Amino acid sequence: MATPSAPVAEVTHRLAMRARWRPLEYVFWLAALASVFLLPGRHLILTEIAWLALFALSLDLILGYAGIISLGHAAFFGLGSYLAALMAKHAIISEPVLALFVSGVCAAVLGFATSFLVLRGSDLTRLMVTLGVALIMREIANQIPAITGGADGLQGVTVAPILGLFQFDIFGHVAYAYCLTVLFILFLLARRIVYSPFGLSLRAVKGNPLRASAISISVNARLVAIYTFAAFYAGIAGALLAQTTAFASLDVFSFERSADLLLVLIIGGTGYLYGGLIGAVIFKLMQDWIANLTPQYWQFWIGLVLVLIVLVGRERIGAWTSAARALAEPLTRRFARGPMAAAYPSSPGKGGEGVPGEGH
Amino acid sequence: MLTILFDGIAYGMLLFVLACGLSVTLGLMNFVNLAHGAFAMAGGYITLILVNRAGLPFSAGLAIAFVVTALIGVLFERTLYVHVYGKSPLDQVLFTIGLVFMSVAAVDYVMGSQQVFIQIPSALEGRFEIFGVGIGRYRLLIIVICGLLTLALQMTLSNTRFGSRLRASVDDARVARGLGINVNAVFTLTFAIGSGLAGLGGALGAEILGLDPTFPLKYMVYFLIVVTVGGTSSITGPFAASLVIGIADVAGKYYVPKFGAFVIYTIMIIVLILRPQGLFARAAGR
Repeated sequence: MATPSAPVAEVTHRLAMRARWRPLEYVFWLAALASVFLLPGRHLILTEIAWLALFALSLDLILGYAGIISLGHAAFFGLGSYLAALMAKHAIISEPVLALFVSGVCAAVLGFATSFLVLRGSDLTRLMVTLGVALIMREIANQIPAITGGADGLQGVTVAPILGLFQFDIFGHVAYAYCLTVLFILFLLARRIVYSPFGLSLRAVKGNPLRASAISISVNARLVAIYTFAAFYAGIAGALLAQTTAFASLDVFSFERSADLLLVLIIGGTGYLYGGLIGAVIFKLMQDWIANLTPQYWQFWIGLVLVLIVLVGRERIGAWTSAARALAEPLTRRFARGPMAAAYPSSPGKGGEGVPGEGH
Repeated sequence: MLTILFDGIAYGMLLFVLACGLSVTLGLMNFVNLAHGAFAMAGGYITLILVNRAGLPFSAGLAIAFVVTALIGVLFERTLYVHVYGKSPLDQVLFTIGLVFMSVAAVDYVMGSQQVFIQIPSALEGRFEIFGVGIGRYRLLIIVICGLLTLALQMTLSNTRFGSRLRASVDDARVARGLGINVNAVFTLTFAIGSGLAGLGGALGAEILGLDPTFPLKYMVYFLIVVTVGGTSSITGPFAASLVIGIADVAGKYYVPKFGAFVIYTIMIIVLILRPQGLFARAAGR
């Protein structure tokens, strides 16, 4: 008991080491920044990639970090999307950034309200409940055409300039810069959270809820918190879609959207923040390419990819991304395996410790 | 009023025949088969081809739809599904969603995307009245067929050797294996019958539910609700659930058309709130 702060210092040190920016992360974001200037002709699809990446990041927070399977994440996406479109259309909050935030908060409120349903039961029950919530949201939007435009979608939305300065243009230049900025800021926030003690406790909950509660982690409160937080992200992603396309339709709530999102995340890999981002890039490029080949039947190939991914095994698919991650690891590993680490050897338990992203 | 009840029962019976295979596979292998509706769609389209194009009688179409869908079920189960049983629910969900997407696009490619109708015999069209209750002939047929099937299933489960093996496997697959029951064979057979029944249901239901390539997506939720509400440990649970949902859905759409679709979702969520552990507790406990 001479130095009670030693373990605390060790933990703090380790957390700081884990949270260090790796060289490849700089490369990733510099490439994203470069795309703003170097690929002006591709900004429309890049915009789609940006909000999809944010949406996938949101799912990764609950699936990859907290282990909650959701088939209805589109509920929050759709809510954010409709709210942003409505606020712009009726000039309730015409400034996009503020509207974005409000949409996200409303989605978070819905997420908070429905999170208590998600706490209950097994994975199957969760699938059903999340799917049910998304379907109910879709039905609500469908049943109040006076407000939402029903099956025709919400048309006639004009989005005001961002911060009163930057007007959206038809080439998507401003839209892309806007989406990328939002994505980057929210990514930083998510990164801060998953590397915090709170993020670690989530991984513990995912690994084994019973043990987590035995070391006095309040499992349910953490799950509610992260679910609400993920709903906030999904709402913002939906709002980005609505603002950049100036349109919202029932499609935002559809089951296919939630299912595609799972595919995005699986392609990129779950449980490390870049999974959703990389997945979004690959998914959109793949979708673009397939849709050019067979406009009507691209869903078949998406389905085939899903089936193959499962049959081959996600671990093996994940291997190629871990190669990229491994490149970034050794530097931080060396620090983590320093003299302090020898004094407090990490337990080989599943989930909690270890390399970020080895959750699967 | 009674007519709505009657229509609701017919609808519920249909749902049961469509979904009972799903409930058994879920209970038996703890496997989430979201592609169950694809088998129903296959049955519907097989009957369509046989009856509308080849000119076979409707009853023969139904029988062949059952057999062929069951065979397709065996084929898929043996070649694809076996690889996925041991995987996590997430993998199972991804896998079966992939199958659904593929089936939707493939049927769209082969049969076209428009809604199609199977020609039913003229003797089955129209409705007649008994004690002031309007009874559709076709719906009566559905109730009779599905009622007989339900009875047959219940008898098989409770009175035959296969039935007791199946129940044992559902109760505890490991112990059942230990007692020398070939659980995999039981499962394949059950899967085949479940798929066949779905195919039959799809063929029968084409008239009421409509048949187009998005069928598996549209009705996936209904099947899942039946299974969620009814539980997976018996077939009486899903049967009762199907009837409740069928009647609630028809009545809801008739009396409060504005909130029609909410009725069943609300039922589902209420049940999940009241009995969250009771529904899948057995599956989760393994």
